[in-house]
Amino acid sequence: MSKILQVIKIGKKYNTINGEIEAIKDISFDINEGEFVAIVGTSGCGKSTLLSIISGLLKQSKGEVKYNIDNPVIGYMLQEDALFEHLKIKDNVLLGLKIQNKLNKETKNFALNLLKKYNLEKFIDKKPSELSGGMKQRVALIRTLAINPDILFLDEPFSALDSSTSLLVSDDVYKMIKESGKTTIMVTHDIASAISMADKVIVLSKSPSVVKNIHEINFENKDIPTINRQNEKFHYYYELIWKDLDDALE
Amino acid sequence: MLSNEQKEFIKKYKKKKRIILLIQLLIIVVFFITWELLSKYNIINSFIFSSPSKVIKTIYKLYLDNNLFKHIWVTIYETLISFSIGLIISLIISILLYLYNGFYKVMDPFLTCLNSLPKVALGPMIIIVAGANIKSIIVMAVLINVIVSTVVITNGFYNTDKIKLKLMASFKANKYQVLKYLVIPSSYKTIISSFKLGISMSLIGVISGEFLVSREGLGYLIIYGTQVFNLDLVISGILLLIVISYILYKLVEYLEKKLLS
Ligand SMILES: Nc1ncnc2c1ncn2[C@@H]1O[C@H](COP(=O)(O)OP(=O)(O)OP(=O)(O)O)[C@@H](O)[C@H]1O
Ligand SMILES: [Mg+2]
Repeated sequence: MSKILQVIKIGKKYNTINGEIEAIKDISFDINEGEFVAIVGTSGCGKSTLLSIISGLLKQSKGEVKYNIDNPVIGYMLQEDALFEHLKIKDNVLLGLKIQNKLNKETKNFALNLLKKYNLEKFIDKKPSELSGGMKQRVALIRTLAINPDILFLDEPFSALDSSTSLLVSDDVYKMIKESGKTTIMVTHDIASAISMADKVIVLSKSPSVVKNIHEINFENKDIPTINRQNEKFHYYYELIWKDLDDALE
Repeated sequence: MLSNEQKEFIKKYKKKKRIILLIQLLIIVVFFITWELLSKYNIINSFIFSSPSKVIKTIYKLYLDNNLFKHIWVTIYETLISFSIGLIISLIISILLYLYNGFYKVMDPFLTCLNSLPKVALGPMIIIVAGANIKSIIVMAVLINVIVSTVVITNGFYNTDKIKLKLMASFKANKYQVLKYLVIPSSYKTIISSFKLGISMSLIGVISGEFLVSREGLGYLIIYGTQVFNLDLVISGILLLIVISYILYKLVEYLEKKLLS
């Protein structure tokens, strides 16, 4: 497996008028091509900060993020409400292409076909508020996939959903990501969703965070998240990571 | 098909609305009758407080002299003009304040300061600069509504959802694209709802302007009435103004509904 990016000794301090806040102390890890990596940590430990730095939206105070591709295109997926209410579903999905000046017949068809493929075709002329939370999240992912990113970043993608919807949507989102073959980094505070989706789970300590531990998740017959949750090894990983986080809090 | 419960509910709802309207009309009627009687039996001084019958006569006389609609129209015209100019100017300023954050930071305290200043105080200065004519009235009204609307709209711009801004950043959108695709459309409601404020501020500006310089308009009518001690005219002017401001308000409300649906 080839490396797509390396995170090398990243640190981040926010300078505010009330003093310096060290969000991230020292974080290093590698991400392989096509891998699904979850980063877990307690609330406020610097997960969003880290993701912003890796994706290039925020400048680190120290360290380096090395990509093995030139000018990587990044795709970001955030919470449910990040769809634009003034745009129809179709136009939401085409937004990134339009902004990046990449909207042509081919890219447009690609995006609209994704809507078709994931059973959202009949909603293309609807406004986001007419869709359920789960559907909105699928649209948000399609909007991100439409620009054909080299790497996907997911920041707590299910946190705005109720727990049963979140389970179902994570299955859908997982399938969509696997079918796209994209390298994915997801941050979450939910250990279970991290284990059930990722190939690798990176556990962060509390803020200012360092890497507490990295776990490869090896299910014998890896399946969709809801089924992985019933895998006999699921609990084993859960305990392990729970313990890491528990230690991290001390 | 409506269920029986729903039909029943709608019936009750309509009935309630009718009753409320009836009471409102009743209040108006009782008010005018009481007023008429109080002045007729000299319980209040009818020279100062006038009376409905005198008001009707005064308004009818204005009508006969071909002055009624002229004054009303002048005030409405000035208000609508300054409202429109004000809206355009405040949109432009808000966009600049959003695009140039430094400019916003510098201007912020001045805006707050201007916002709390009673703009009428600037009237005499405006007259000296713009002349004792309709220009001064428009300038005054525009000034009053621009400052309030700019504050409201700029606030709306700066309150754009952080998550969506991050999404735009992830698309590598430049600031003009952020403005075009996110900030302005998501502030649409704020902009529309600033209309009500804008129109009432414009009316305040127009009337204060007319007090100071005008030869026409309801503000002029009121001031002129005071100068010649014709209080019937003053009160007629005030009543007409109440009607006009209500109509303008309803008009904007209707426009808002249209634009938001
Ligand atoms: N723009 C900022 N300015 C100053 N401090 C910030 C800023 N953004 C984040 N922080 C601080 O940095 C720390 C990490 O924040 P961050 O949002 O990255 O954590 P998180 O793990 O994503 O939290 P959550 O679980 O709430 O999403 C927090 O203490 C936060 O208060
Ligand atoms: Mg976060």
